[in-house]
Amino acid sequence: MTIKMSDQQDIKQEFNITVYTENQIGLLNRIAIIFTRRKINIDSLNTSPSEIEKIHRFNIVINESEEVVRKISRQIEKQVEVLKVYYHTNEDVIWQELALYKVPTDVIAEKASVERLLRENGARAVVIRKDYTVFETTGHREETDALIKVLQPYGLIEFVRSARVAIIKDSEGFNSKLREFERLEPGEDVIENEYLNRGQKVFTM
Amino acid sequence: METQTITQETVETAEQMATTPSVEVSGSVALLEALLTEGVDTIFGYPGGAIMPIYDALYDYKEKLNHILVRHEQGGIHAGQGYARTSGKVGVVFATSGPGATNLVTGLADAQIDSTPLVCITGQVFAHLLGTDAFQETDVINITTPVTKWNYQVTDANEIPEAIAKAFYIAKSGRPGPVLIDITKNAQIQKFEYKGYEPCNHIRSYRPKPIVRKEYVAQAAELINSAKKPFVLFGQGVILGSAEQEFKAFIEKSGIPSAWTVLGAGAIPTDHPLNVGMLGMHGNYGPNVLTNECDVLIAIGMRFDDRVTGRLDKYAKQAKVIHLDIDPAEIDKNVKSTVPVWGDCKETLPMLTELIVPNDHSAWLAKFAEYTKAEVEQVIDAELNPTEGEMTMGEVINQLNKLTNGEAIIVTDVGQHQMVACRYAQLNKTRSNVTSGGLGTMGFALPAAIGAKFGAQDRTVVAVIGDGGFQMTLQELGTIMQSGVDVKIMILNNRFLGMVRQWQELFNERRYSFVDIQSPDFVRLASAYGIAGKIVNEREELQGALKEMLDHKGSFLLEVMVTKENNVFPMVPQGCSVSEIRLK
Repeated sequence: MTIKMSDQQDIKQEFNITVYTENQIGLLNRIAIIFTRRKINIDSLNTSPSEIEKIHRFNIVINESEEVVRKISRQIEKQVEVLKVYYHTNEDVIWQELALYKVPTDVIAEKASVERLLRENGARAVVIRKDYTVFETTGHREETDALIKVLQPYGLIEFVRSARVAIIKDSEGFNSKLREFERLEPGEDVIENEYLNRGQKVFTM
Repeated sequence: METQTITQETVETAEQMATTPSVEVSGSVALLEALLTEGVDTIFGYPGGAIMPIYDALYDYKEKLNHILVRHEQGGIHAGQGYARTSGKVGVVFATSGPGATNLVTGLADAQIDSTPLVCITGQVFAHLLGTDAFQETDVINITTPVTKWNYQVTDANEIPEAIAKAFYIAKSGRPGPVLIDITKNAQIQKFEYKGYEPCNHIRSYRPKPIVRKEYVAQAAELINSAKKPFVLFGQGVILGSAEQEFKAFIEKSGIPSAWTVLGAGAIPTDHPLNVGMLGMHGNYGPNVLTNECDVLIAIGMRFDDRVTGRLDKYAKQAKVIHLDIDPAEIDKNVKSTVPVWGDCKETLPMLTELIVPNDHSAWLAKFAEYTKAEVEQVIDAELNPTEGEMTMGEVINQLNKLTNGEAIIVTDVGQHQMVACRYAQLNKTRSNVTSGGLGTMGFALPAAIGAKFGAQDRTVVAVIGDGGFQMTLQELGTIMQSGVDVKIMILNNRFLGMVRQWQELFNERRYSFVDIQSPDFVRLASAYGIAGKIVNEREELQGALKEMLDHKGSFLLEVMVTKENNVFPMVPQGCSVSEIRLK
């Protein structure tokens, strides 16, 4: 699995940092302060159990240069309860955010155009009550934002959006690597090194 | 009674326990048994409400664990640091909750940045009171997270053996660092089925050292073999990795001039022919200037601190950089490396030594000698051998060298005297230099010297301290008095906060803003603690007084009055390149 090395390492862009960790109290703080120490804002943070029991996965989105992201990633990986850190640009991942919209049911029922708009925006109803209906949609920020604009005139009661979850485009994914980690004794896992394949401008994980 | 606290008479050693049926003990006893199994002999601490059950258990372990009662928790942790630095073992510190724990923070930050292995045990309020703003409750885990390698809160006695085992393993393995274990009072009291203590040697998410990649070692060797002007920079990594012999073999075979960071001092003897001096802001002339002339820079167990590199964009730009470090996060952090050699230098150095061809860079070495000559003429001679005027800090260190023959452990505080002592102290042995490098903690030296002596009881320990720094932790004279530890205290008194004054003189048009500091009568102060002392005003008395201090049985405080407005040179001014080093 490879990451394209950006030629312009000092240009800021969105990076998706994936962190695999033990499930440990206080680790979120330990990871968060690595960003706050450098006065870097975390734009999005998702943490949840991974496909492997007792291993958690963080998805962190920040807007920074690749050089800073690499240094931060190594400092995160240095934490005792962190198993592995990867980072990717938006181009290297498929990502989604989930959004929920609460709107008055009478308006939805009366206005056929709303239904069409929802269909066009790929939303679906999660709950329909007499007083309100909750719709759900997933997509990129612009997509979930677009539906807010659409629903606002019809009396949007409440809106919430999740953090970003991202999955890498590469066909191998992290799973095989993680399973391997489970199997291996520490030390047998070779640390990746971007110098190894500098010629091809890729680095092997 | 079965519920009684088990003492050393009733508790067998942990080893025996492992094979015998489990015993019911308190969390506190389990903690002390764990410390004994880890080989702990000395604890620096201060009791308080939330750590009382541990101190109660300690009452029965007095014969096995030497607890040194300090006068302030900051003193306790600096003593732990001094102990760790001279002994190579893990320093152990006890403190109570709330203010006791917060007083550890400076020492934790110091140990974190200087990679000193420590295990700090703090008491905490009862688990059911956590988060209620209970008396002496502080969120110690969150306060100490940025300044510890690892920390953990124990709320159940059953967790204690494993938590302590992990603490010791993490503190001392890989790149060492401070660990804090916060134990709630209920867990200290709670009785549980103790099944013995098993040291930890594996944590699945933690890799203490990266795997050595042979291809990089080979690439590094190739670069070294083809280098015309190679230059070695070494740091504390050589000492922490106990790789002094491996390092010596490497430089002696390659013939490469080698310079040290403040924390690397003493890894090879000061007078080793390939030791060309100190790096950085107040380092030697040659090593700084020639950093920007070498063709291959080999950094070993050092982290390119800004005080070493000066202006980064003008630092060794002409050189190919080989960086040997155990911590992957250090590679490329400040200086881009051409060849990264990840791993423990105790392993990587012999691999490298085997691949390099013997060499003799005598012409290149001679270049260092030229710079040394200029530095001696323009700076060092006047500093070390003045014949008139007030005494200089350098001449005090120089006279001390003559009497100790470089065999003493030198503990320094922070400021001008620190730079002077590091520049001029002769160190024949490793683990002889104890100072606060990364954090620059004034007040470090006196307590650290106490710990240093406990860590190396057969060696002479001399604490070199300024008049400012001494007043930050002088209450530890009480610790010296009560423990009877033999520490030689040398106050170099210039009646100023000298380093700040120097900067104000050079960069703030002599606007001496709050650097004029008054001091008590230090000798009388020592006397109040039953510590012998002497003040020296005249050059003629210096040698005799130093001799008296060293010969004195027990601690001794020597106050030496030195020039008020002397500056430490050479100096790389902030924001300048290392090659712009000033001699005056």
